[in-house]
Amino acid sequence: MQHESHSHGIDIGALGRKKQTLDLASEPVALEVPGLNLFYGDKQALFDVSLNIPKNRVTAFIGPSGCGKSTLLRTFNRMNDLVDGCRVDGEIRLDGHNIYAKSVDVAELRRRVGMVFQKPNPFPKSIYENVVYGLRLQGINQKRVLDETVEWALKSAALWDEVKDRLHDSALGLSGGQQQRLVIARTVAVQPEVLLLDEPCSALDPISTLKVEELIHELKSKYTIVIVTHNMQQAARVSDYTAFMYMGKLIELGDTDTLFTNPAKKQTEDYITGRYG
Amino acid sequence: MNVKQKNLKAWFKSGTPWVWMTGGGVSIAVIMTLGLLAVIAVRGLGHFWPADVLEAEYRVPGQAAKLIAGELVQAEEVPRARLAASGLPVDAAGGEFMTRELLKVGNREVFGADFNWVVGEWLHESHTPEQLMVLERREWGNFYGYLLGVKEGGKPVAEGDAAWAELQARIQRVDELHAQIARLEKKDIGRINAGLERLRLQTRRLELEGRLDAAAQADLDAERAQWDAEYKVLESQLIDLQQQFNRDSIMVKTVDGRELELSLGKVVRAYQPNGMGTFDKLGFYFAKLWEFVSDEPREANTEGGIFPAIFGTVMMTLIMAVIVTPFGVLAAIYLREYAKQGLLTRIIRIAVNNLAGVPAIVYGVFGLGFFVYVLGGSIDRLFFPEAAPAPTFGTPGLLWASLTLAILAVPVVIVATEEGLARIPRALREGSLALGATKAETLWKVVLPMASPAMMTGLILAVARAAGEVAPLMLVGVVKLAPSLPVDGNYPYLHLDQKIMHLGFHIYDVGFQSPNVEAARPLVYATALLLVLVIALLNLSAVYIRNQLREKYKALDH
Repeated sequence: MQHESHSHGIDIGALGRKKQTLDLASEPVALEVPGLNLFYGDKQALFDVSLNIPKNRVTAFIGPSGCGKSTLLRTFNRMNDLVDGCRVDGEIRLDGHNIYAKSVDVAELRRRVGMVFQKPNPFPKSIYENVVYGLRLQGINQKRVLDETVEWALKSAALWDEVKDRLHDSALGLSGGQQQRLVIARTVAVQPEVLLLDEPCSALDPISTLKVEELIHELKSKYTIVIVTHNMQQAARVSDYTAFMYMGKLIELGDTDTLFTNPAKKQTEDYITGRYG
Repeated sequence: MNVKQKNLKAWFKSGTPWVWMTGGGVSIAVIMTLGLLAVIAVRGLGHFWPADVLEAEYRVPGQAAKLIAGELVQAEEVPRARLAASGLPVDAAGGEFMTRELLKVGNREVFGADFNWVVGEWLHESHTPEQLMVLERREWGNFYGYLLGVKEGGKPVAEGDAAWAELQARIQRVDELHAQIARLEKKDIGRINAGLERLRLQTRRLELEGRLDAAAQADLDAERAQWDAEYKVLESQLIDLQQQFNRDSIMVKTVDGRELELSLGKVVRAYQPNGMGTFDKLGFYFAKLWEFVSDEPREANTEGGIFPAIFGTVMMTLIMAVIVTPFGVLAAIYLREYAKQGLLTRIIRIAVNNLAGVPAIVYGVFGLGFFVYVLGGSIDRLFFPEAAPAPTFGTPGLLWASLTLAILAVPVVIVATEEGLARIPRALREGSLALGATKAETLWKVVLPMASPAMMTGLILAVARAAGEVAPLMLVGVVKLAPSLPVDGNYPYLHLDQKIMHLGFHIYDVGFQSPNVEAARPLVYATALLLVLVIALLNLSAVYIRNQLREKYKALDH
């Protein structure tokens, strides 16, 4: 396959992905952020961030450490509420409704916007109980429903074949990669609309990373996925759209191919080509 | 010189002295612990061994010689001058030191005291005759002497050599009767007494409420008559048993020739230690040891067992644990999870930590002043007006003792639980929250189970602190001799208002308050050993539970 050679760090063609024609403006919107400011105490962490997260696509946030990409991700399910002194100024709309409105039930929001963290964090319970945790919270206790959910959730996380014979063993006995896929299964089990992935592969070995990336491909047909990663190759491999953030500001958001091959902003180009970060 | 200095420096740098120093610290700690256990074990456990009884002629210069018999308890070297100064007719000539021996001579009703210091040099023809007999009695301590004969209802049934076998058989019979009498008095008559007391209180209550009309009175009288009739039956049974119990007697002779008649009902066991082989002695030893842990005390706590004290200690500690755990855990959860961290929580934490350092007796004073008088007094006024003026809860008792220990131990539970909560990885809480759990659900389903080993650690520390505490208990519920256990077959089965016995207080009591110091001293060690064992057992079971929990909620590696 011939491809055009250019000066940028990521060789999209070499990743073997199909060129797709994507147009952000015409995509249906899952999450709408019209100008968001966020403060930790007196320190401002996000500056007037405006973007739309397209539905049933994978959107990646990249940028150097401390640029605010994880902070932005955590505003989508209000995880930042847990941080003392964190204050959000602005709105985020999920299906047109402001998730920061007073009337919003945060637990319900988090059920709709699931999140997978940097390090696998299975509960010290059995594999089965980990997967049904969210269901039990909703008061679903019928064994048949739970059994079915466990099976399809583990299947959709590509873990079923590995663990189907030891569902009632402790989840802590799994390898790191399996644990992370279990956490994804656990999140998928409550059928969220949006899946937030906060550097999901940073604690995993390359083979596990590959499996999780394949999984992301599988999942995007059903879920809107937002992934934070410090690994640009990963962003290029898994995402449809990529947002580059720097110093708390959204510098550029565009379809992944364009952003990596032909960034509009100088800062983006510098980052992708490895001049800083 | 230079090389040497360099070597020394290198030696210091290598860390070897550090290793030796730290290792030395550990060794000293281990040696001290083992030494402590060894001392109390040897002194305490040796007491139950049936020592030989020696008989000898005691020739005090200038006095008539007399025969004495007893167990050698202790011997020491004393300067001749000191013996002379204490008024003994000691020869001026001779070695600088003389031996002084402590003999347990028993026969308190004859000699006035059952321990006697003698000068070793004046004992002559010391020997251990096989026929010399020791009687353990229910009063007056041990008897040392010879058996002459056995009587039944005043008529001799056996004499001489046949008497010994007869005596053993009859002691067994008396033992069984004694157990029957005890059962009758404690259980059956105890039940009637409890019933009558309940009836009396019911009458009084009706009287106070002005509802004591003729019908109620008749009901009560009928019930009382029923109890009385039941009591009549038991009473005649009891009298009958007592007569049988006192039927037999034995004729005995002390070594210096006095003859006595003893009722067999007073004898617990008879043995001839000088004639016993090692196996007999071992058997006897374990029987005594078992009696010590399973029986009730006799003779102002200097004889018999300490079961009520063991029971009281365990009971009180368990109730304390039941109170302190939820209390401390809830406080810790609020402090760590819900309270806004700031100056106020810092002050509260400092206060809690300081509370752990307050001397225990202060808690005792507080317990007496607040729990017993204020709280107990109010409970009595509100719920037990019929018992007035006798206090029910307005007097020291099991509940107040446990509660006092609970506030004494609550700081350690709070601190340990807080540490446990702080150690739960943030990632796990977030994982739960991200699945749509509320904070409370996350606490219940993830955080608290994972913190449960830490709570057990707190409980272990609390038990260790509280079970060994004595000073506050003297004020809030522990007594020298409790007439009954706090748990029995009478409603409400667990008597939280009752006073209890406690091993720690028992040590203090037999050690310092006993009328018979020499007899009590070995029991101090034996009881101390038992206290250590009981606390160790309580702790080990808690540690076992904690390890199970740890295994279950094995913390993540990151």
